[in-house]
Amino acid sequence: MSLTTVQPVSSEVLPEEPAVKGIEGRTPLQLVFARLRTDRVAIASVVIILLIALIAIGAPIFAAITGHGPTDANVDTGTDINGQPLPPGSPGYLLGTDNLGRDILVRIAFGARISLLVGVLATAIATLFGVVMGLFAGYFGGWLDSILARIMDVVLSFPYVLFAIVLVSVFGSSIPLTILVIAFFSFAAIGRIVRGQALSQREKEYVEAAHSLGAGNLRIMFVDILPNLVAPVIVLATLLIPTAIIFEATLSFLGLGVVPPTPSWGNMLSDAETVGFQAWWFYIFPMFFLLITTLAFNLLGDAVRDALDPRTERIFAGRRKKAKVATA
Amino acid sequence: MIRFLIRRIVLGLITLWVIVTLVFFLYYARPGVDPARELAGRAVTPQLLKNLDKEYGFDKPVIVQYWNYLQRLEPWHFNLGTSNTDRLPVTQIIAEAVPIDISLAVGSAILWMALGISVGVLAARRPRSLWDRGATVFVLTGVSMPTFILGLLLLYVLYYLLTIHGVPIFPKPGSWTPFTQNPLEWAHDLILPWVTLALITAATYSRLTRSSLLETLGEDYIRTARAKGLSERRVVYRHALRSSLTPIITQFGIDLATVMGGAIITETIFGLPGLGQRVVQAIGVEDLPVVIGIVLVASFFVVAANIVVDALYAVLDPRVRVS
Repeated sequence: MSLTTVQPVSSEVLPEEPAVKGIEGRTPLQLVFARLRTDRVAIASVVIILLIALIAIGAPIFAAITGHGPTDANVDTGTDINGQPLPPGSPGYLLGTDNLGRDILVRIAFGARISLLVGVLATAIATLFGVVMGLFAGYFGGWLDSILARIMDVVLSFPYVLFAIVLVSVFGSSIPLTILVIAFFSFAAIGRIVRGQALSQREKEYVEAAHSLGAGNLRIMFVDILPNLVAPVIVLATLLIPTAIIFEATLSFLGLGVVPPTPSWGNMLSDAETVGFQAWWFYIFPMFFLLITTLAFNLLGDAVRDALDPRTERIFAGRRKKAKVATA
Repeated sequence: MIRFLIRRIVLGLITLWVIVTLVFFLYYARPGVDPARELAGRAVTPQLLKNLDKEYGFDKPVIVQYWNYLQRLEPWHFNLGTSNTDRLPVTQIIAEAVPIDISLAVGSAILWMALGISVGVLAARRPRSLWDRGATVFVLTGVSMPTFILGLLLLYVLYYLLTIHGVPIFPKPGSWTPFTQNPLEWAHDLILPWVTLALITAATYSRLTRSSLLETLGEDYIRTARAKGLSERRVVYRHALRSSLTPIITQFGIDLATVMGGAIITETIFGLPGLGQRVVQAIGVEDLPVVIGIVLVASFFVVAANIVVDALYAVLDPRVRVS
């Protein structure tokens, strides 16, 4: 009885201390989010990624407001008397125009769609294949492992840019092919990590326990083992997205990715090459967006890696302590 | 060790074979391929096509042509065929382009190793210091930077802006002087491509050096070295760095080989007629023998580097003796 009367008193005396409550168990996922929330760099990169995503989703709004479609060559208003592109800040063209009088702002917004689509889809496909292949190779071992591991080794030692160019030139460039090519050259990196992890996990007791309970191989692989591999896979996948975005931009820059006139940041830069450096805005804006997007994903990937790694707990604890001192 | 080497070499040969086969059939599986017509040029007569078909064996089934191609790769009669456009032997085209890629690779490799390792050491010696933060920014920017953007930025600032302001220090893209002709001019023409490749690649090396050196610095024998009273400089550079370099050597071999096999983007931006630019041109005009030849050479560099690196790894680190 007396205990219940103590509680309100203590909270009145020390109002800045949180109310006494039972210690809650936190799931690993909650821990990761808690750590990410204290990481200012992670928050900033998430904000940038969300902004780029908003620009991508809202691309038609940009087109509607400016009245310029992404592929409209504005012959009357988009170029000066000599047919040269307009610099940024020209009436109606916030970021200027390109060699055909197209609105660079609108093209960048539509280009964001391509970059994010290719980055995310290629990574998703690569992750799916990598995880399945790695799990099968690592879990079953034996001849299946030998074959799958060799396939991954061979893919990893391909000169991939060269081979991607050959593939694209044979089949003709298109967005689905670009995605598949990127996925093909990325899955092995994930597959190899997953295989290594699966090799060690299958020796653990819980797998034996699952076996003795009568679980099938597929169930053990995907229900029991897979959740233990989520951390490295998430980190790798986050870091694959910027790689895929760079790959797409590079292919498009070489004229082997997204087919003009559909705008992508890469092919905008290859269009810029036809005008030259005097139209600096034609270069700088696509470069800027490409760079902050890849940078944001890389920063986020690093932050997620730190947050998922229990050994870095001390860093985060130190950061929290500092934050508390600063706010006090 | 020898068994391990033999296994690696066999695997390497299989990789090369898979690559040649894939490229060969990819090109022949396309609709509307008539190599004789491509070879004939403008003055096409049915008779000429027939003669060419006979001469090059285009009239035979694809599988026979494939077999003939493989036979030509036999070491004693090595022959990559003839270009469909200018009729030069493919080996000659490659021999003319390779010096450019070797020049690119050697110069940029020296730069990226020096830069990457020193930034990594700087970061590892004072973890979480301002230096370390700076190194992290350098690494992340390098990893996020597409090669063609860095190349274009360097060209814009160091070539275009300087030149229009009357300070033409850097040569215009497309300049190339062979080393044997004038070594100074050679280096001058290659500075910007070297810096481009080096800055992009150095990021990976700083990251590798930092993590590997940090791990080594935590080992017992480093504590022993410090306890003996050795200077910090000696501990870091003599004791720790040497054993931290193994993962860097692995990466180095593969990166060097990749650049030697054609730095496609750097060559395109700076107008260097190396393997990368040749293969892009050849793909544009569907010159199959040149494409396969260059892909084969580039893959050979990478595969060979992988084998050399694995062998070196086993020699350098006695703990890694692969059975």
